[in-house]
Amino acid sequence: MNSRMLPPLLIDEVANPMTAALEMRNITKRFPGVTALDNVTFTVKKGEVHALCGENGAGKSTLMKVLSGLYPHGSYEGQIVIDGEEKKFHQIKDAEQAGVAIIYQELALAKDLSVGENLFLGKVPAKWGIINWEQVFHESGHWLREVGLVDVNPEQETGTLGIGKQQQIEIAKALSKNANLLILDEPTAALTEQEVEILLNILQDFKKRGVTCIYISHKLNEVFAIADTVTVLRDGQTIGTYPIGELTEDKVISLMVGRELKERFPRMPSNPGEVVLRVSDYSVINPNQPSKKVIDSFSFDVRRGEILGIAGLMGAGRTELVMSLFGAYAGKSQGKVEIDGKPVKLSDTRAAIREGLALVSEDRKKYGLVLGMDIKSNVSMASLSSIAPGGVINHYKEAVSGNHYLSSLRIKANSVETVVGTLSGGNQQKVVLGKWLMTNPKVLILDEPTRGIDVGAKFEIYNIMNELVSQGVAIIMISSELPELLGMSHRIMVIAEGKQTGMFQAEEATQELIMAAATGGNRI
Amino acid sequence: MSVNQETVLEHARLKQRPNWFKFDMRAYTMIGALMSIWILFSLLHDRFLSPTNLSNLFLQMSVTSILAIGMVLVIVAGQIDLSIGSIVGFTGGITAMLNVWYEWSTVPVILATLGAGAAIGFVQGWIIAYRAVPAFIVTLGGMLIFRGALFGTTGSVTIAPLTPSLKSIGQSYIGDVIGWVFGIIGLIVAGLLIIRKRRARAKFGFEVEPFAVSMLRLGVIGALIIGFVYLMNSYKGIPVPFVMVIVLALVFTFISRNTTFGRHIYAIGGNPEAARLSGINIKRRILLVFVLCNTLAAVAALVLTARLNAATMSAGQNYELDAIAACVIGGTSLMGGTGTIAGAIIGSLVMASLDNGMSLMNLESFWQYIVKGGILVLAVYLDIYSRQKKKA
Repeated sequence: MNSRMLPPLLIDEVANPMTAALEMRNITKRFPGVTALDNVTFTVKKGEVHALCGENGAGKSTLMKVLSGLYPHGSYEGQIVIDGEEKKFHQIKDAEQAGVAIIYQELALAKDLSVGENLFLGKVPAKWGIINWEQVFHESGHWLREVGLVDVNPEQETGTLGIGKQQQIEIAKALSKNANLLILDEPTAALTEQEVEILLNILQDFKKRGVTCIYISHKLNEVFAIADTVTVLRDGQTIGTYPIGELTEDKVISLMVGRELKERFPRMPSNPGEVVLRVSDYSVINPNQPSKKVIDSFSFDVRRGEILGIAGLMGAGRTELVMSLFGAYAGKSQGKVEIDGKPVKLSDTRAAIREGLALVSEDRKKYGLVLGMDIKSNVSMASLSSIAPGGVINHYKEAVSGNHYLSSLRIKANSVETVVGTLSGGNQQKVVLGKWLMTNPKVLILDEPTRGIDVGAKFEIYNIMNELVSQGVAIIMISSELPELLGMSHRIMVIAEGKQTGMFQAEEATQELIMAAATGGNRI
Repeated sequence: MSVNQETVLEHARLKQRPNWFKFDMRAYTMIGALMSIWILFSLLHDRFLSPTNLSNLFLQMSVTSILAIGMVLVIVAGQIDLSIGSIVGFTGGITAMLNVWYEWSTVPVILATLGAGAAIGFVQGWIIAYRAVPAFIVTLGGMLIFRGALFGTTGSVTIAPLTPSLKSIGQSYIGDVIGWVFGIIGLIVAGLLIIRKRRARAKFGFEVEPFAVSMLRLGVIGALIIGFVYLMNSYKGIPVPFVMVIVLALVFTFISRNTTFGRHIYAIGGNPEAARLSGINIKRRILLVFVLCNTLAAVAALVLTARLNAATMSAGQNYELDAIAACVIGGTSLMGGTGTIAGAIIGSLVMASLDNGMSLMNLESFWQYIVKGGILVLAVYLDIYSRQKKKA
């Protein structure tokens, strides 16, 4: 029992700033074609809350995956030193044994099991395979009190608790595994403000008792409320580690975005025509929590020949907004949508396609392509009826249209009969583009159109966008890459936590302004 | 760097000359397996390859083939149907009751039977597609319900005999001359289709296979057709149920390859999310798939009842498993998205050959179960094994 208790407050360790709980030295992690982490050094002192900041894709998650053993020793270069001892984690269990516990953004609790069962999942006290339930529930009570959940019954079904309490149970679970290095990855993404406050109080309490925390969050106000030290990553490199007292929110933002904008974006001069799509007072309900809105009263419009960029952090509601407009989101929507001045009801994707919307989704393998089918069948999929009079496919017309997009989008493949699963990411993305161009859309929505694509193919996709814009198509582009948004859009709308927090003309927008709006700024 | 890489890859791809003889390894494997089963049985029993027995074999495979055609569509769409065996029993009971007890004539009986199959398919398909109850459960329930309905409506007695014209659906043969006419028409159509395809491919800039390969292909098809007609004619002629199988197989091959409906079910099975976001009406398509599958079960019921000249209580029992096995042996993936009608027909020929050969050898029926089950597992194992090897 004693070994499970929280580590006692050791005055000399806290007092001695040289004692590092964790040192990650010269970590380099390469994926085919990308260096995700480039010689990153990250040192966390004992008993502090250390915030890790950076844009999407800066390498925070990769670094934590290295630390938690998800990427085993040998798949990266560099050293991990915990309490002065070098560690080689070959699997997640090894890291857990060394006291590293990671709590992910998506909760990993079995909702149908009791709180106690979740706490002891994988290490249930049992003798000859028979579970000692009294011990489970008795000890659960102890860990629940540790995280301030005094009123939760360990026998209660976990799914009946709110998200905030489930988060606390995750933390209790981590503590019960003897964690002395707690990693919280975007812990407040799904929490209400009140729940955030409770969580921050628990962390303050831990800090007093000497538990070390790594806190990853996009929300800078939380970082400044809780952290002692901040490390900023950018493009897979350590930019620096700073005591919180030396920083301001603006300083952190400029450290995060830092880089100079290069001329990589062939933006067309703005020449907007009449409004095609107008959205007024549009809200989308969270399908899992009907009391919460994932999109809260949005009003905006898009004009012919214009690229409207949408900025926001992961989970802010960008994808939910466009999926809902396209009739493909599970949550109900409220508000008014007009196309060419005419109110429309986009209840399903068929209606949306009929009204001239097209959506290139962020996950082309999941939502965009049938990987086992060939190029021409994928290209014709959303407009099959136009080449199939009486329901019989005209294979010649299909081949002609397939060939048309093969050459106009410069898809690199043997022929339109090549199976799309064998193509490279950039070429697959062009097939998805071809599919939607064949529907002759008025409004083309691109959700992360260049994710996972090499630089050359990115440039080609920008050129295709420009060509469409000059033909009078309206484009809505979601992107996590600020330089891309700033380089290609004519206007940029910013979303933070389901709310519209900014609308900038391209000329006045800067990375700092957008970042400030996307992190909620000083709004809270 | 990656741009360079892509160019290199592209060159490699363009250099690779297509190998026209390697068109479908799976098809070869399947035909090879069928041939080895036939050779094995012909060595074990001298009458296995006799015209009489082969005629019997094609007659026997007809019911499974018709069921397998419908099952391919269901499995390609990512669903399953366990109820078709009981539907065969129940709709076969309807056929016999209307014909024997109520003395309906042949055409109304056929229409009523098909209508019953379609109605059952509509109800099951609606629950599956529009009420989101898993197909496994709905059709497992259907399997019990329709077997029970057969017992209840017929009072658990065998109903026989049918009127001669209805009986002829399952028991007659087409004459020698007509058989040859069909064979020659088939050969000409095959030749025309090959020429048309070559022209079209050339016109749209696709690679065209060498002329010799086309001719070889036509030669093989011709030999198969002529050999088949000759063989059947040396007994009583081509069995009418098998003619139905050929017609249905052609019609459904056309549906699966050339219609929007067919394309949609492959897309739904291949990636339901992408299909939904492409504006495909998944629910309506799934509903129609079940209507077709269960209507085909009613067709199979007509053939079976006519051949047996009676509706029995056990008619159609376990046929769904034969049909699923035929599809899977024929290369249909239970994950959905891939599968062909032709493959399912060959698969049901494999199953029927096993049944026929083992009965011929007077093996006890328990062996038939064990061997068929073993072959099914082996076929899927080999398929998964070869796919993994291909990936690695």
